[in-house]
Amino acid sequence: MTDRGNADRGQDAANAGATTRADLARAVQRKVGLSQTESAELVEQMLDQISVTLERGDGVKLSSFGTFKIRHKRERTGRNPKTGVEAAITPRRVLVFKASNQMKAKINGVEPTGDDDED
Amino acid sequence: MIKSELVQRLAEANPHLYQRDVENVVSAVLDEIVDSLARGDRVELRGFGAFSVKKRDARVGRNPRTGEKVDVASKAAPHFKAGKEMRLRLNPDADASASGKSRAVAG
Repeated sequence: MTDRGNADRGQDAANAGATTRADLARAVQRKVGLSQTESAELVEQMLDQISVTLERGDGVKLSSFGTFKIRHKRERTGRNPKTGVEAAITPRRVLVFKASNQMKAKINGVEPTGDDDED
Repeated sequence: MIKSELVQRLAEANPHLYQRDVENVVSAVLDEIVDSLARGDRVELRGFGAFSVKKRDARVGRNPRTGEKVDVASKAAPHFKAGKEMRLRLNPDADASASGKSRAVAG
């Protein structure tokens, strides 16, 4: 329910074009030649390994892709943007992702600049 | 954890596969995510998170060293938002009480 109102989610048309686990599994099947079932299972295991590592508080660095890191947030006072009521926001861990320069370059259709692959 | 360690863990969990295949699996998944984003598609992995591309307008920036004005072209910036399940995994206690929606199950 918290995810629903996501402003950049867009309409159904945008959602229909989204890549999902099934698409990733198909890519594995196509490129590695494993069965559909096994490809899906490996995609799941890969995401799970990443999740478990992050859950432990460790970062995950995937060269030429990007880096996942856990940031620790202190408690702070926030406000319900609708009602203006102040509320304490509990200390929490948030996951941040930083795209590699290669990923940024590919998305912009240019050659990667510099050689700082990962930082 | 870096990519080679991820490959190693997956290889250990799947002893029937060649390490080379496992490497290719990891690359295939990551490449597919990047290719999708390059096409302008979102990548939605329920429980994990979603990758999307945000458009940044062209702007006039400044060289912080010299103060010189430089034109910065519009560009696309990849963005990741952690999924709900991921947020709960990272904050098993905090989130349940914060949302007030579900009672935290002890233990």
